[in-house]
Amino acid sequence: MKSGLGTALAIARKDLRTELRTKESINAAASFALVILVIFSFAFNLERDEFYAISGGLLWLVYSFAGALIVNRAFSRELPNDCLDVLIASPAPGWAIFLGKAVAAFLLLLLVEAISLPVFGLFYNIRWTESLGSLVLIILLATWGMTIVGSAFSAVIVNVRLRELMLPVLLYPILIPLLIAAMGGTTALFQGEPLTGENFGYIRQLIGFDAVYTALALYMIEFILVF
Amino acid sequence: MLAVAADRVWKYFGDYPALRGASLEVRKGACVALLGRNGAGKTTLLRILANLSRPTKGEIRASVGKSGIGYLGHGIGVYDDLSATENLILFGELMGVANPKKSAAEALERVGLARVKDGLAREFSRGMRQRLAVARAFLHKPEILLLDEPFTSLDDRAIAVLQSLLNDALASGATIVMSTHQIREAMELATDVALLERGKVVFAGPRAGEMLSDPTWLYRTYGEPA
Repeated sequence: MKSGLGTALAIARKDLRTELRTKESINAAASFALVILVIFSFAFNLERDEFYAISGGLLWLVYSFAGALIVNRAFSRELPNDCLDVLIASPAPGWAIFLGKAVAAFLLLLLVEAISLPVFGLFYNIRWTESLGSLVLIILLATWGMTIVGSAFSAVIVNVRLRELMLPVLLYPILIPLLIAAMGGTTALFQGEPLTGENFGYIRQLIGFDAVYTALALYMIEFILVF
Repeated sequence: MLAVAADRVWKYFGDYPALRGASLEVRKGACVALLGRNGAGKTTLLRILANLSRPTKGEIRASVGKSGIGYLGHGIGVYDDLSATENLILFGELMGVANPKKSAAEALERVGLARVKDGLAREFSRGMRQRLAVARAFLHKPEILLLDEPFTSLDDRAIAVLQSLLNDALASGATIVMSTHQIREAMELATDVALLERGKVVFAGPRAGEMLSDPTWLYRTYGEPA
């Protein structure tokens, strides 16, 4: 039998292949992110310094809205033809199925973020390339945290009729510590501050969040999938 | 020797007991027709045997792990946006098949889908999708087959493919448990019969001559009045 990681890769490959063929959630999430960026650009009439102070918050609001659209599909894409039953009935461990789905959602969300980041920089005149390495680190850590929690809730509510409404209600309160760190760290970078000293706390907070929720989700998923 | 057994299994959905202490023992190599009216608990029992659901009370025993079980439920269990080959290779990988590509090609040949092996499942006709589902369920040559109303809404070609695969599986010593309303088709294949009524197995035993000649005999003799 394939190892757990091999199974996770097979599931991730399958999810990416089907998504890239249909482009259902990627098109919806990317267009949604771009529309929100345009609306925000009309909504705020701030001085440059004031805008820099809220720039990280704006970016992560857009990312978290788009993220909910991506992770919502993680398990609901298994509903047509009862494919989820086949996955659960297979000898593949639940954590491997979950990990594969989370990795696929992570990569899809990164793609949406990569599309919307230059647009954000252009609309709001933010020089986001100046600390690119640190920004990428924040994006990777925060996106993984969003994906892992979002995919876990996607599994919890997969059989709920109003799951598109339920997911944000469940997801955003849990994401508050992650969003605070991501917003704080990103704002600091856009204001020209390095992620050292006090600002490194944001990175520590993101790593802690990711570690705790990744372990929790991988442990709990078997109980969530088979009830 | 037992292949799979349910021992006083209860399953509640909210306050409703779908199974009320159902017990069933299936010996290796048997083909059990699981009969019962709508809502009797056939699907719930099969899902529990297939590890898709946990019993609220009671115990399930199986002689093989998940890799030795094949399940065909109400849904066809294939991805519309993958090709027939991609679907079977994926399930082969998940089920631990040694050479998924080779097994997928053989399975597609067997169910008559080799010429459309690279076509997406969503472009297939209903009958072709059903045959793909049958190929998927038999791909890893399971020792125990759990089939939930397998003949329902199959076209004639898919029925022929399924019957041939089931006969081959039985000949090779596999165990089959299938729920069905199509009593005549099931009785031709079955070695044993179990009747579920309101979440309980009220009869389990070898198929008798009366059952073959008169499919409603079992309901009249052991079942509750309709």
